[in-house]
Amino acid sequence: MATSAITHPIPAATGFVRTLRIFGKETKYEFLKLLRTKSFSLSTIGFPVMFYVLFGIANRNAFAGNVHIAKYMLGGYACFGLIGATLFGIGVGVAGELAAGWLELKRASPMPAPAYLFAKCASAVAFGLIIVSILTAIAVSFGGVSLSSTELIKMFGMTIVGSISFASMGLLLAQLVPANAAPAIVNLIYLPMSFLSGLWMPLRFMPHWLQHIAPALPTYHLSQLMLHIFGYGDSMSLVTHWNALIGFTLLMLGLSWLIFHRKEQNA
Amino acid sequence: MSALAFAPERQPLPARPLVTPSHQPIATLNNITKRYGTTVALDDLSLSLRPGEVVALLGPNGAGKSTAVKLLLGLIAPNSGTARVFGIDPREATTRARVGAMLQVARVTETLRVREHLDLFRSYYPRPLPVADIVRIAQLQGIEDRFFGQLSGGQKQRALFALAICGNPDLIFLDEPTVGMDIEARRALWQQIRSLCAQGKTVLLTTHYLEEADALAHRIIVINKGRVISAGTPAEIKKSSGGRTIRCQTRLSREFMQTLPSVSNVEFNQGTVVVTASEAETVVREMLLRDESLSGLEVAGPALEDAFLALTKNQ
Repeated sequence: MATSAITHPIPAATGFVRTLRIFGKETKYEFLKLLRTKSFSLSTIGFPVMFYVLFGIANRNAFAGNVHIAKYMLGGYACFGLIGATLFGIGVGVAGELAAGWLELKRASPMPAPAYLFAKCASAVAFGLIIVSILTAIAVSFGGVSLSSTELIKMFGMTIVGSISFASMGLLLAQLVPANAAPAIVNLIYLPMSFLSGLWMPLRFMPHWLQHIAPALPTYHLSQLMLHIFGYGDSMSLVTHWNALIGFTLLMLGLSWLIFHRKEQNA
Repeated sequence: MSALAFAPERQPLPARPLVTPSHQPIATLNNITKRYGTTVALDDLSLSLRPGEVVALLGPNGAGKSTAVKLLLGLIAPNSGTARVFGIDPREATTRARVGAMLQVARVTETLRVREHLDLFRSYYPRPLPVADIVRIAQLQGIEDRFFGQLSGGQKQRALFALAICGNPDLIFLDEPTVGMDIEARRALWQQIRSLCAQGKTVLLTTHYLEEADALAHRIIVINKGRVISAGTPAEIKKSSGGRTIRCQTRLSREFMQTLPSVSNVEFNQGTVVVTASEAETVVREMLLRDESLSGLEVAGPALEDAFLALTKNQ
């Protein structure tokens, strides 16, 4: 019987390279899977693009003070798009793999658990970047939006931050929500939250009472950080928005961790 | 008559060169009790796997077979008792590099190709088998580039089998490996399991296909309601069910046949008599002497199915 795996431990460097390769492959195939799953890729890319084409480009010549509405909406729909890709990719995706027993088979293998989480997160970031790139291209080409290269880079940076932040919420939802109800429940959370925090339509065009609800939502703080890049932020300080987003992320991660451990103990 | 029908299929298992009395088991469950809420899945169950043997865990649905496998994979923890694989708790991730598993998976990522699934799973293991070997062993030739979602039920099972062996593990768990396979595919997989055994791998197989356990296993552990109710070689399990059956048309009376040595049961069925006896040769010899017109003689070893029913009925 081959006992070599244990008696001759692999040299550390090989082990590290191998671990890197696992992270790489896991991420590559997670991304490919999402890309090929048309119900995911078409809707997460299609909806923000369609909405932006309908509402953003229609406002190509609209200004409110010095705010270019089409550019303002680019920030909103960028957030809407990246959050959708993250919640559907991770929330719905992990819930499905949990329910199907697929995650169990992977856990029975020597796959390092962080590789799985990293792959989900990195794929969500990749989809977020794809969506934001398409939206930006449309905004610049057809919406009369002008962006400096600094603004563009900051937008991409904020997309990565937003995807990672909302990945924590996806992780929590995946553990709480039954797989067959996951897409509906994610929509029921994600769509109202997007609307209420002004991702579809600038908050200033919405009733006052609604504007007071918005700061309670994590989506609002992400969108304000995004809009701040264009100088379109609200009167709250940047620090407040950062704190709110980080607090939200830590809360979601903490709850996920608690639930995961409770399940582990009962298992 | 399944035992007769299967007899030509039953190829000799490779001898167990690695199994000597001194050999330590490589995986054990010791006095395991596992409850889910108020349901007792395993009730003080113990079993051990020795290197190089194929063990079948046989039982009806809900007997606790999958729970036993998950404990040995370290996916769940027992309420009491201990699980050991290669001498350590299987919840330690280090055992997993030497273990392969085929579990009952409701849905596998359908938008990845078979080749891609293999590529990913191979990367998890320190010394994986070459892709060509895996494809040959699991008989995936010609479907490597199909999406998993396009495979038939049997092909999916074969692909899952491929994932279980791709890391060249020493210990392989196969949870209901042939579910959804047609007879031909099932026999082909049996052949592969035999060749794993020939390479010195240890295999734990759960099944409720009785002939599968009979055809493959060195040892069968029959469990029901979370308890071991019988364990032994297929022959021993069959023997414990009470002998072989003799069928024929004869003029002999029921009373006479019941007096023959070792006869445990005599039944008449549309002119055919069915005699159950452990010493079938003696009984047949006597019957042929007493009735020269005796015709249509058949002697069959007990189907494992009968043994199994006899064993689980007494529970």
